Order: sequence, then structure tokens, then C-alpha cells
Amino acid sequence: MKKFSTLLSPAIPLVQENVDTDQIIPARFLKATSREGFGEHLFKDWRFDEQGYPKSDFILNNPEYSGSILVAGENFGCGSSREHAAWALVDYGFKAVVSSYFADIFKGNALNNYLLPVQVSPSNLKELLAEIQSNPMILIEINLEAQLLRVPEIGIQEHFEINPYKKTCLINGYDDIDFLLSQKEKISAFELNHIEF
Amino acid sequence: MGKTLFEKVWDNHIVDTVDGGQEILFIDRHFIHEVTSPQAFDGIRKRGIGLYDKNRIVATADHNVPTKDQHLPIKDELSRLQVDMLTHNCEEYNIDLYGLGHKNQGIVHVIGPELGVTKPGMTIVCGDSHTSTHGAFGAVAFGIGTSQVEQVMASQCLLVQRPKTMRIIIDGELGNGIYSKDIILYIISKLSTSGGTGHFVEYAGSAIRSLSMEARMTICNMSIEMGARGGMIAPDETTFEYIKGREYAPSEQKWEEALAYWSTLYTDEDAVFDKEYVFNAEDIEPMITYGTNPGMGMGITQYIPTTQEVERPDNLLQSLQYMGLTPGASLLNTPIDHVFIGSCTNSRIEDLRIVADYVRGKKKADNVQAIIVPGSKQVEAQAKAEGLHDILFEAGFELRGPGCSACLGMNEDKIPKMEYCVSTSNRNYEGRQGPGARTLLVSPLTAAVIAVEGKVVDPRKYLNEESHA
Repeated sequence: MKKFSTLLSPAIPLVQENVDTDQIIPARFLKATSREGFGEHLFKDWRFDEQGYPKSDFILNNPEYSGSILVAGENFGCGSSREHAAWALVDYGFKAVVSSYFADIFKGNALNNYLLPVQVSPSNLKELLAEIQSNPMILIEINLEAQLLRVPEIGIQEHFEINPYKKTCLINGYDDIDFLLSQKEKISAFELNHIEF
Repeated sequence: MGKTLFEKVWDNHIVDTVDGGQEILFIDRHFIHEVTSPQAFDGIRKRGIGLYDKNRIVATADHNVPTKDQHLPIKDELSRLQVDMLTHNCEEYNIDLYGLGHKNQGIVHVIGPELGVTKPGMTIVCGDSHTSTHGAFGAVAFGIGTSQVEQVMASQCLLVQRPKTMRIIIDGELGNGIYSKDIILYIISKLSTSGGTGHFVEYAGSAIRSLSMEARMTICNMSIEMGARGGMIAPDETTFEYIKGREYAPSEQKWEEALAYWSTLYTDEDAVFDKEYVFNAEDIEPMITYGTNPGMGMGITQYIPTTQEVERPDNLLQSLQYMGLTPGASLLNTPIDHVFIGSCTNSRIEDLRIVADYVRGKKKADNVQAIIVPGSKQVEAQAKAEGLHDILFEAGFELRGPGCSACLGMNEDKIPKMEYCVSTSNRNYEGRQGPGARTLLVSPLTAAVIAVEGKVVDPRKYLNEESHA
């Protein structure tokens, strides 16, 4: 079972705002019936040209940048509910996405796949993006237990929010289904008195 | 303090509240389709558990299906595999499936309401963000990811954080040639693609009350395009009239009882919303999008913003470069290559009637390829029975079988690179309708007028006296 603890890694800066799930994983690659293998199609049309060659101006193709943290512009993950977007990011090797705002469904999907969405203030996001662009090897520390994002080198430290239940799930590596299955008696009792037409 | 419509329905489905304020929400109906369900079935099998209640699940194949020659095996191997896997899974778990070839097959958000499965006061989910459509009936309906599809299969519940509430009031009367699609594109252009994030929206006001169920569905459908968790409209006579007599409507014996309950589903006068917006219907023009997200829309006679008018000029320029458009320009007279009428937003019988009404006796422009894709087999059958197919065929439209079609570039229907498509669908993201495709979102009437003129025009200038909005 996957778990999430502390992460210390350089990051990849994706400055675009409103990155939608059709960019993260275009619909034509949603035909697989397993959760694996979506990483090769991550950001497909930004990453590769029509012949399948890497586009040199896209950040994931720039060898200067590496790491398991994606730092992206505001409103990351808007659009479709496709969990394939979270699967693609995880399969590619990302463990956390940092932005100033996440779309709801994406955020839920990410948490269900042990991909940590870290929401920071717009001003810190701006600074982070600029710093990473000028110093690609700068290390970012994400401590889930303490709910802290830190970049000691430039003095950024920000507390981030996460639902306490989801935090426990991530740290211990269990999921909502394990929990809901343990509540079956309560659910059946509820259903007995539930009115529906 | 009174409750909002959303709170009444939501609270009625709370099984329990757990640590951290998450709630266990009971789900009445679960729609599934071929794209977001296979991994969930797989998960159920791996855990060695069964479905909580197969009778609460309704399945259809829509995203991957071809819209031509639907009687033949699907040519694309991966699409065929995915559709076959849905059939196999539904057989194994004994789930009702309206698959390819079934008389009830169609886009999941079209068939739910037309079969009467969707009803007021319900909680409805589906692994598809446009599940918000069903909110038009006063249901709490929202899209979920595949892990959550698995949760609902396993427990009939979701563990969720209660969203905030928002009310958007549209008062007044819509002008001639203005439709519900224009209302929702207008709202999203004002609130932006993230303006509704974290909120469940109720649409209210005299302009909303006057809309048909089809028109209300179009509005709720696009709630997700402003980031909202869902959208809903209080049920009324229009709603009850629509549901009555449908396959899964309450029986005659239960009808009065159902009505009595449904009639309690409205926002109390003293209820409080976290956010509220009020707009005037008279301010709404026929809308069109110019950019690469649904918030980048404007009245069709307006001008694309200049770099001085926006917060992030780099994002605007990137978007316009993709679209082949210029800041500050008008879209009027831009030549169009494709017109697509379809999708879970605008493929219902009323949409087809609006288009057929306008193109009757006219021809589409030579430079335009126009396809019209009904939302379901039932819509297709009704359009044929009403003679709409003949009108559309004679006007040069290509008539297809039901499915998601060119809305999302997943099946055979794609828009070629750099070509302009005026579309009644819901998303204009880069590559949404095919790699490099350039999408302009509009209402069905605007699409019909543009198909005939071959370029972007103001539809109001082409309405004759016998056309009524």
C-alpha cells in the first residue's frame, strides 16, 4: 500500500493557469482499462509534436528541471472528472502538486491516489515559480505530518490545509473504501428509513 | 433559520458525520459508462467484495461509441474493448445496461432524465463531471472520480466534505434568439472557470422559472465549467409535468405522495447562501467563446479583450495564439469550417427542434461541414417522428447516431487541426475536440444560423417574424 510522509525534492514549474484535465491527459488516451501506464501520455499535446518528438519548449522536456513535485499556476485540474489525470501524474512520478487553487474533483482524485495537492498563497506561488525557474535545483520540502511546505534556501514556509481524515489515510496508507465497508451496518440502518420516489 | 434547497436534499442523505467533518452521504442513483468504470469493477474484484445494490446502478455506453454505422462492431480496438468490458461487467454483476443498439441507449445525462430515473430530492453521481445536469430536477447530482465510483459500488455511499452554497438569480425576460445556453455562458464569463469552486449552485429567478426542463438541464450541465461541484433548480410544475408517465416515474398510486414530498423542495425564505449573484436576463446577448476555457466567452457582437484588459496577458495571448485570433478583434464574419450540434449540453429534442425550425427550407453554407448528433436513441426516434430528420437532411446536415461524438475527441468524430468548429458542447479546451481543433461554444440557434451563413454572425439579425425564441 502506498503511503505519504515527507518529501524533499526539486520541483518542475508549470506557469500556466487553469490547467485542465484535457491537457493533463487528452480524452483519446482514456481507453485503457487499468490504472497503469498513463504517465507516457501526461500533457501529451504540450509535450510531444504530431510526429511524437518531444517539444523542446515544454517544461517537462527541459533536462534542467527534475523532481517529484509539480508547481503549477492557479486553478489546476479544472474540467473533467477523469481520475486518469491523477493516475497520469502519479505514473509519471509526481508525488505532490503545488498550486494556489485546485479544482474540487481533481483534488479529491489526487488524494485518493496518494498524490498530495498542496495549496499555497498566490504570492508564495508566484515566488516559488520564479525561484524554481532561476534555480532549478532548489529543494522544496513538504511535510505532511506538520502540514508545512518549506523552501529553506529562500525562507518560504507555509502551512497548508488538509482534511484530518484524509491526512490520516495518506500517512497510514488506507482508503475511503476500507472505512466505508466498516460502516455497512450504519448504512443499512439508514436505508431502512430513507424515503425515495 | 431555514434551509436552502441543496441543504434539504443533502441533509436527507447524511448517514453519519465523521472526524474532520467529512460526511457519509447516501447515494440514490449511480450512473456508469464505459470510460470511468472498468478500474472500479477491477477494484471491487480485487477486494473480493460485491456491489452494495446493483438496482441503484444504471449503465450506458456513450463516450466511445461511433455515431456512424452503429450496428457494426466498433472499428477502434481500444474503444471496442472498453465498451465490451462494460457489457461484460454489467452481465457479471447483473446491472441494467442500455448498450449500443438498445432502444434506450444514449448519453448518460440525456437518458437518465428521459427515462424518469432522475427525480427531485435524489442524490445522483456518475464518473463524469457533467452529472450536474440532473440537478435541473432538484436533485443533488455531481461528478466523481473512479475511486469514488468504486466507493459507491461497494457501499452506496461517499465520504465527502459538504460544499458551500451559492445562489445565482437571473431575473427578467430573455430577448428573442437568446437561450439557456447563452445564460450559462454569460454566467461563466462573469464568474470565470474557477468562480464556483467549492460551491453547490442553485439557479433561481424569473428567467430560470420560465425555462423548459431541457433548457434547465443545459444550465445545470455547465455548472462544472465554473468549477462548481454541481448546480440545481427547485422542482415545480414544469418538472412534475416532465417526469409524469416516464418509464421510471412513480406509479399512479405513489404519484400524489411523491408530489407532496417534491413540493417541499425549495429554498426557505430565510435561508442563507455563502455567496449570491444577481443578473438581468435583459443584459444577456447570444454568447460565443473566443478562448480556450469556457470562462473566455462574450456577447457575439463584443470584442475579444485586449492585453490591457486582463490580469494575465500571457495566458490570453497563449490562448488566442492557439485559437488563431487577435486581442481586441471582433469574431463577426470569421469563416467557420464545422458546426457540431450535440453533447450532453445541447442534444435533446428541444435543441433539435430549434435547429430544424431555423434551417427549414435553407441550406448550410458550402464551406461548412455540419453534423447533428442526437443525445439518445429516444431523441433520434422522436426527431424522426416529428419530421426533423428530413428538414435537417435537406438543409445539408449530416445526421448521426447518438453518443458523445465530437464533444471530446475520444471516438471517431474529431475536428481537424486548426479548423474552426462552432459547437453546442461544453468545453473549448485546447485539443478537446481533437488535437489542434479550435472550438467556439454557442447555443443551438446560433450554431444553426452560423451553419447557414458559413461565418460567425449575430443570430438575432436572421430571425424572421415567425421565429420565436
